Amino acid sequence: MSIARFWRETPRRYNLGGSKCGTCGTVYFPPRPVCPTCTRHRQSIATMAPFQLSGSGEVLSYTVVHEAAEGFEMQVPYVVALVKTDEGPVLTGQVVDLDPGRIRIGLRVHATFRKLREEGAAGVIHYGYKFAPEDDGERRPPPGRPADQVPSSATGDRARA
Amino acid sequence: MREVAVLGVGQTKFGELWDRSFREIGIEAGLQALVDAKLSSADLGALYLGNMASGSLIDQEHIAPLILDYAGLAGRHLPAMRVEGGGASGALALHQGYLAVASGLYDYVVVGGAEKLTDVPDATATQITASTADHEWEVVFGATLPALWGLVARRHMHLHGTTREQLARVSVHAHEMGSRNPNAHYRNRLTVEQVVGAPPIAEPLGVLDCAPFSDGAAAVVLGPLDEARRHTDTPVRIAASQVACDSMALQHRKEITSVGATVEAARLAFARARRAPADVQVAEIHDAYSICPIVGLEDLGFVPRGEAGPAFATGRFGLGGSPTINPSGGTKAQGRPFGAVGVAQVVELVRQLRGEAKERQVAGAALGLAHDLGGTGATSVVHLLERAN
Repeated sequence: MSIARFWRETPRRYNLGGSKCGTCGTVYFPPRPVCPTCTRHRQSIATMAPFQLSGSGEVLSYTVVHEAAEGFEMQVPYVVALVKTDEGPVLTGQVVDLDPGRIRIGLRVHATFRKLREEGAAGVIHYGYKFAPEDDGERRPPPGRPADQVPSSATGDRARA
Repeated sequence: MREVAVLGVGQTKFGELWDRSFREIGIEAGLQALVDAKLSSADLGALYLGNMASGSLIDQEHIAPLILDYAGLAGRHLPAMRVEGGGASGALALHQGYLAVASGLYDYVVVGGAEKLTDVPDATATQITASTADHEWEVVFGATLPALWGLVARRHMHLHGTTREQLARVSVHAHEMGSRNPNAHYRNRLTVEQVVGAPPIAEPLGVLDCAPFSDGAAAVVLGPLDEARRHTDTPVRIAASQVACDSMALQHRKEITSVGATVEAARLAFARARRAPADVQVAEIHDAYSICPIVGLEDLGFVPRGEAGPAFATGRFGLGGSPTINPSGGTKAQGRPFGAVGVAQVVELVRQLRGEAKERQVAGAALGLAHDLGGTGATSVVHLLERAN
């Protein structure tokens, strides 16, 4: 992927910038130019306004991936989930800081800024959102870090895979 | 609109065809279909070719005129067009061919489907096929096609109580059928224990829940039903050809355990043919992952929501079942050359409706249904085929 192709999605992938329909109030992520649920599609076009998601939500479904997508080979097995955010949109993302055996439907999670993958040794590094358990009691210390150093919140957490 | 019939069918073996090129298999299937239809290439009006990703898989775009050329038809300057819709490319091409004959623009057309997946490593094929889902908002975050269907499977288990063993039964069924098909990629039988115990790909799906990457090609010749008796004693009428689409990403569906595009395509197809699911004796349905036919049978209206898993476990869909599902072995056993699948499904149905399916023949097959899907269901295509008496 070219640098520009990933860079242009930065507001969405880094800051969860979505959009909200000014006509019916439905929130979308990623942002859309036209509201799909609004009965007045055409009228919605000029009313779609930027809207930032809080990043909180719960797991709607999950899978533990063993045959990785390209660039994720070093992370297997990893959890991919559909997360229904509190504002409505459903996002696809990894759930990290959790023993894969403890993932479940209904688990409360919060978005956290992480490294997604890199394009080979000399390639671009992609960053974006992953999800971590909201409840600190569910969190697993990352490899090589003692449990007492795990940050109590995802906010301000340094980017790591 | 004219009534359209399938006049001839052809198909290569599916599998790891390392000694054969894309153009070789494409031409073999097409010429078989022409011979079967007792047509000369001079009768043809156009060629439609279903293909998902030749550019990434064999570094060759613009493949429809390529196949036309090597079939010896370049000098006739026939129109040749590639049709792409992810895993549903073959069925989409068939839809285009159907429209062309029905409209009266062309009398006879060849619809082919061809894909060569084993010229790239498996990991590359995984990445290329994942691009039939939403690359920017699913794949970039670590999802693959089996991972997305794994999400569907887990949710189906959660909502409807579908079990791991029921999923495994889908693959056991496919291989039982495939064991009777000489063109199949895999002809070995499987046990539930083997499927459940196989290495995981994207839980709950394991390697034996997933169709293989295969090479292969299939083709049909379409023509006006009124002329069909001049070409075959057993014409098969296309009673309906319907395409429906939905959101690209799974995350944007209202409920992921149902494919809205399939529900809509099936509704339109049964309405057009004035038939119901209970009238179907044989169906070739999308089964790339073991959860797919469970969702598909419910979406197509063959079983109530949530009951496909238990129904598979009772063996209801075997030969002589109600209906018989995937007598070809489906993509799980016959193989999955993506763009060829939708055409191969119709090749199998035509053989069934003509009574030429030999040891996998469904007795008394008169109405068949084909269901082909792209990605996680952004495109769904349903065809109904009927023996024309």
